[in-house]
Amino acid sequence: MNWLTPAMVDLLVEGFSETLVMVGASAAIAVALGLPLALLLHATGPGGLSPRPWMNRPLGLLVNAVRSTPFIILMVAIVPFTRLVAGTSIGTGAAVVPLALAATAFLARLFENALREVEPGVIEAARAMGATRMQIVTKVLVPEALPGLIAATTVALVSLVGFSAMAGAVGGGGLGDLGIRFGYQRFMPEVMLTVVLVLILFVQGLQSLGDWLVRRLSRR
Amino acid sequence: MAAIALSRLSKRFAPGAPPALEEVSLEIAPGEVFGIVGRSGAGKSTLIRCVNLLERPDSGRVEVLGQDLMSLDEAALRAARRGMGMVFQHFNLHARRTVAENVAFPLEVAGMARAERERRVAELLPLVGLEAKRDAYPAQLSGGQKQRVGIARALASGPRILLCDEATSALDPETTAEILALIRDLRARLDLTVLLITHEMAVVKSVCDRVAVMEAGRVIEEGPVFDVFTRPTQPTTRRFVAEVIGHSVPPGTLSRLPQPGPGEARRLVQVLFAGPHSTRAVVSEASRDFDVDMNIVSGRVDEIAGEPFGVMALAAYGAPDKLEGALGWMRSLGLHVTELGEAA
Repeated sequence: MNWLTPAMVDLLVEGFSETLVMVGASAAIAVALGLPLALLLHATGPGGLSPRPWMNRPLGLLVNAVRSTPFIILMVAIVPFTRLVAGTSIGTGAAVVPLALAATAFLARLFENALREVEPGVIEAARAMGATRMQIVTKVLVPEALPGLIAATTVALVSLVGFSAMAGAVGGGGLGDLGIRFGYQRFMPEVMLTVVLVLILFVQGLQSLGDWLVRRLSRR
Repeated sequence: MAAIALSRLSKRFAPGAPPALEEVSLEIAPGEVFGIVGRSGAGKSTLIRCVNLLERPDSGRVEVLGQDLMSLDEAALRAARRGMGMVFQHFNLHARRTVAENVAFPLEVAGMARAERERRVAELLPLVGLEAKRDAYPAQLSGGQKQRVGIARALASGPRILLCDEATSALDPETTAEILALIRDLRARLDLTVLLITHEMAVVKSVCDRVAVMEAGRVIEEGPVFDVFTRPTQPTTRRFVAEVIGHSVPPGTLSRLPQPGPGEARRLVQVLFAGPHSTRAVVSEASRDFDVDMNIVSGRVDEIAGEPFGVMALAAYGAPDKLEGALGWMRSLGLHVTELGEAA
């Protein structure tokens, strides 16, 4: 354990907190943007609250386009946009931009699926009781889909942890970056192993938390 | 004024598709329980959903309590919908709301304050016998209990009209009977007009005052339940009626019947007992007065819409003219006598 110097511990702590920032910030943005997007996709889709194919199709295409672009390419491809938003294209803050973009598209689809799981009959009943579209969204659709939305968010968080490791390529830092630089490039397999172990524990924790929340919220 | 007046409703789901509704007109009087019966695909579900415009007909007029619904804007239509409760086959409860929260939903949507909502829910739950379940979630309830929640929710905003969309079709016979009794009871207590659709004639028999039979998007027969049951005119209606009062004679029975003796004839008839003579000892009177023998092949006595009603299959033996006389006498009493024929 002589490699575990105080300096190395500092690096690990710093890497972990960078990972936390990247994952946390991009997930928060992705939920904030992905949910309205999913609601829009759901509402404008066939059989939705207000079907509008001219809006639904292009929106769906856009989401698919972002989702099918490999993350490492997406990251490089949107550098001008990242610079516009973050002021720079290098660093942890800058890495949040492509991460949030990829996660938004990913979450929009997962959220849309969760919304689709809500029984159409419950929505019809709300219509029959004179609910407005907005009331149907806020009082029926989202509350009924909540366990599914939480489960989707958990999946996205876990994926983000993986993506964030790639963000090292644009100087985003984080545990993944640490593992590559020390474990691989400086031949310190112990560092690599430690990083992987921390990530495994982190992902496990996220998954367990998500599962627990879903169990608590489901009433089936 | 009719509580619900539908006139010449037509609806097609796709151009060129067979019509879901074709020129359907119905008038439902205040306070009555009106049943619409038909096979799946007959258009009855579309029809009931046209009453609160969950489905918009392509043409025609929907009038509820004197209000022309098709001419309303969205906000006015929502207000009109709050005056109609709807109960669904699959209950359509919110899985993540408790019983009390489900029942409160229409009140919440209407903008009622929480305290008032809670008071109203406390009035509604005893009405359907669910006080003890107020904090349970739908998954913890039986089918019958779920439908009771559905009914309490439908009645929450104090509607004059209750629409039941196959409300008992997902329930077992015993629970069905309970729910139907509840609907009848509530109709009287709350002065409701009930429109219900079903594919089960037994439901119509036990709860409805009047009935319309639908087939291929049209109403093919309509009238008081007793009349439709005792004197169906359409083949489809006859099949529906037969489901409940099953007049068909088991084929094995016929082959075991004795052949007529020399100089005798045998007639197989179905006799419908309804009206003032339905309780008369017709069989023994006829055999005494006309010197014929009557063999009862099948029979049952029942009550439809509160009136006694019986149906009986008879094998009658005797001299041909005596037989004719006996059957003629039965007809003269107002009983419906139909020949079943040897093949029946």
